[in-house]
Amino acid sequence: MSISVKTFASSAEAASALSGDRAARFMGGGTLIMRAVNEGDQSFNTIVLASDPALKQVQPQGDRLIIGAGVTMTQILASRDLDFLHPVARAVGGPAIRNMATVGGNLFAAHPYGDMTAALLVLDCQVTLAGGQSTALADFLRDREREPRSLVASVSIARPQRGVFKFRKVSRVKPKGVSLMTIAAWVPQSGGRVSGARIAYSSMGPTPMRVPAVEQALEGAALDETGISSALAAATNGIEPPTDSIASSWYRREVAPVHLKRTLLEG
Amino acid sequence: MSVEFRKELFANERDDNLNEIGKGTQRQDALGHVTGRSPYFDDHLFEGLLQIRCVRSPHHHARIRSVDYSQAEKMPGVVRVIRPEDVPNNFNTLLSLLNFGRDDEPLLSSKKVSYKGEPVLAIVAGSDRQARDAVAAVRVDWEVLPHVLDVEEAMKPNAPVVNDVYPNNTFDYHDKYDHQKLRYGDVETAFAQADKIVEGRYQMSPIEQAPVETNGAIAAPETNDRFVCYTSTQALFFSLGTSAKLLNVSSNRLHFIGGTVGGGFGGKVDSLVEPVAILACMLTGKPCRFVWDREEEMQVGAPRGGERWYLKDGVMNDGRIIARQFTGYFDSGAYTRLSSYAIIKGTAHLPGPYHIPNVKSDVFCVFTNRTPATAMRGFGVTGVDFAIESQMDKIAHEVGMNPVEFRILNAYRDGDMKAHRREAKNCALIECAQVAAEKANWPIRDEFKQASSMVGGGGERAQIPHTVTDEDGKIGERRAGRTGGGQTRTIAPTTPAPAPAAHTPPPPSAPPPAAPPAAAEQPAYAHPAAAPAYQPAATQAPPPVAPAVTPAPPPAPAAPAPASDSGRPSARPVNRPGYSRFASNSGFRRR
Amino acid sequence: MSKKPVQFTLNGETKAVFVDDGQNLLDVLRRGVGDLSPKYGCGQGTCGACTVLIDGEPHLSCLTLAETVEGRALSSTGGLAQGGELHPLQDAFMRHFAAQCGFCSCGMLMAAKALLDRTPNPSRDEVVEAISGNICRCTGYEPIIEAILDAAQNGAGRRSA
Repeated sequence: MSISVKTFASSAEAASALSGDRAARFMGGGTLIMRAVNEGDQSFNTIVLASDPALKQVQPQGDRLIIGAGVTMTQILASRDLDFLHPVARAVGGPAIRNMATVGGNLFAAHPYGDMTAALLVLDCQVTLAGGQSTALADFLRDREREPRSLVASVSIARPQRGVFKFRKVSRVKPKGVSLMTIAAWVPQSGGRVSGARIAYSSMGPTPMRVPAVEQALEGAALDETGISSALAAATNGIEPPTDSIASSWYRREVAPVHLKRTLLEG
Repeated sequence: MSVEFRKELFANERDDNLNEIGKGTQRQDALGHVTGRSPYFDDHLFEGLLQIRCVRSPHHHARIRSVDYSQAEKMPGVVRVIRPEDVPNNFNTLLSLLNFGRDDEPLLSSKKVSYKGEPVLAIVAGSDRQARDAVAAVRVDWEVLPHVLDVEEAMKPNAPVVNDVYPNNTFDYHDKYDHQKLRYGDVETAFAQADKIVEGRYQMSPIEQAPVETNGAIAAPETNDRFVCYTSTQALFFSLGTSAKLLNVSSNRLHFIGGTVGGGFGGKVDSLVEPVAILACMLTGKPCRFVWDREEEMQVGAPRGGERWYLKDGVMNDGRIIARQFTGYFDSGAYTRLSSYAIIKGTAHLPGPYHIPNVKSDVFCVFTNRTPATAMRGFGVTGVDFAIESQMDKIAHEVGMNPVEFRILNAYRDGDMKAHRREAKNCALIECAQVAAEKANWPIRDEFKQASSMVGGGGERAQIPHTVTDEDGKIGERRAGRTGGGQTRTIAPTTPAPAPAAHTPPPPSAPPPAAPPAAAEQPAYAHPAAAPAYQPAATQAPPPVAPAVTPAPPPAPAAPAPASDSGRPSARPVNRPGYSRFASNSGFRRR
Repeated sequence: MSKKPVQFTLNGETKAVFVDDGQNLLDVLRRGVGDLSPKYGCGQGTCGACTVLIDGEPHLSCLTLAETVEGRALSSTGGLAQGGELHPLQDAFMRHFAAQCGFCSCGMLMAAKALLDRTPNPSRDEVVEAISGNICRCTGYEPIIEAILDAAQNGAGRRSA
């Protein structure tokens, strides 16, 4: 099954080519699709590219930001508007990967990848498809296996107040390696108490995910060791962490409270 | 602190004006490396180069009912499907080049697979993608079999047979035993006399060498009916010999070119790619390239095998170790490769660099449904050294000694007899320990600072002790439900045996061991035939106890009671491998 | 399988080749153009041995669809030495024993060059970050880090900027 490559000027044309061909996949930066090509993936035989400049744009919109799906990690690192995402982008790969890997691609990255997606999950992310439809990121992730041909045009995220957004990627290799567990947290406080917290993990399940048990336990808590203790106790409630070559499920479960604590208290 | 270095070593060979250490000497290949011109195997271009991919088992253990490649054969670009019956001599064991072990592994498997990733077909096509597409189109009817992934589980009577050549799931040593034996002195009697018994269980997982360059080879027709093979091998002539055997051709028809290896670390010895590339070239007449992708390198590439060790030490209150017993399990994976040899090498290394007058060891090379294991940096020694040194720290803690002083107290000194019947020479552990303590600002007392490897050894410590031997663990006994130990006999002290005239050489990939390996023809244990007289266990002489050496140990407790007074039965305990004997992981008990 | 013409410059020289649909840049550079300096180590973006610069920025050639480099400027370790003179990074790699088996060296050199071209006097942390996508199994990285810092001191960045 030889591969064919089709390039379109607009994302709309690319989307329509994708919808008409079950064996087509959209390629953003190539870090996922080219790997699959190299490894002989038999599930597709057509690569769709789009040269649409809109895919590469970052635009503020009120208290939110629109990030084109084709924006690379390197572009995020160069954007002042996205300074709160710099630690996240820097956690993805080395410089070469960051020059290629895109925000849109990260939404499709299989375990153990998806660090950026974990961050987007707590930033109230809405995913906009090339056809204009908009979906909450959590819903998008739930359906992504069934819809591998979705063409994401952009994501819209909330811009956090200073100190509200926290992120930590845990690897066994320094300075960086594959994620053992990635934690993103949105912890606004009011009167010294957490109100409306959002917590997400990646590398702790088949897709990046919100962690409602921890979010509920944080509600009304003080951000100190005592205040977060019940949240730490609930760190893996309702979660079945995977066993892979990086860590066992048991290990992930054991260390999750430690890293959650560091994320919440040390930022 | 001044350290006396061992200047008398190689005195007539050594130039005292050497000044290489501490200075850089340029690697001769560095210029090629930094300019991208070093010729790795894949840096040779051929017009019309064909690519090879293998159909591999997705199961740990399965019988092959049928293989249907009819669709794959017709796919675009496919030049040839290589089947097991196309391999001229499709059965080998790596060490057969050294007459060690039986052939037990096909290049391509036709009846069953015993590890995940085991190859059953090789497909030759015009491009890597075409070969991959064809592999995906092959249909294999697998009959999945129960598998076993743990060494001790594999030795249970009802465990599935991993490798039909070794139906006990253990390698056969010396055509007689299911393990490699070492017997020196009488550990059981010494345990009865010891003030403390310290036990430990240690384990090391398999380790993948993970070279950045994966295993690969390119074979091309050469003139005069020869074939050139550019290869990543670490062991050029080993790979050449292995290929010649599998392909049933004279080795002078194979022209191997290698030497520039993109990292090996032991993982490029097994010669799995070269014979496939050459065979493809023979069958197609075209240059053929067979390169593992990263997933194959990690899944199929042979790792350093996992090991599990049980140690039991008899220790006196003053810190002297008077007996040490090992039970070791090497996870060989599904086939033999090099683990059988690693055990011979490892056994020669026991009981570590310490003078222990009673040593016993049983080490098993166990077949499991894991990826076959091979060489990696000091294999055979690394795992047991980890166990020994962890155990040394544990004992030091139990007897309340400074761990460095404890090692100095027990270290080999020049003239000591080693458990494999060689005299310890050029010992330097004491000096190394002293330097390490000094560099690490680890306090040790003056008497230990003054200890020397050249003082205190030999004499009584040079004697080979009365040795209790047994015939436990004969091939096949375990599967027959062996439960009891056999007869034991004691061998009187002897003077050191002369070095054996012949011993199994190490494979060409491995550095020669520091001491001759306990060889197949010359087992490390004294052969029972050499025993002058059989002595019932109850009337044995007490086992030797290490004579005190400087520093003088603190006053010893009352003389150890003779074995018959210890209250323990004098019969040998069940010499059965397995965990039942070592129920406790910490296993320390005080008498 | 259709072939597409692609034209780009490699180390300053114009190259024009036909590529297969779906062919990666690493394969085209090695077998199509004959530049054997980028290496295949994983094909999945984890080892960095295939790193080349595209318009000055490091990219993994094994994950780059070859036809997407149309009209772009590529550089590789094969073109690092100029007029028979080693680049300061190459010289420093030799002097600091930064290459043992050498298989990661070409990718490491490209990652390092990308750093120094942009940051002529990097901190140690910046060097570590710059090579964080490149795996070396021999050296333990220290000699490589030292070599890059030394090359920076010798003006490698200013030279190639």
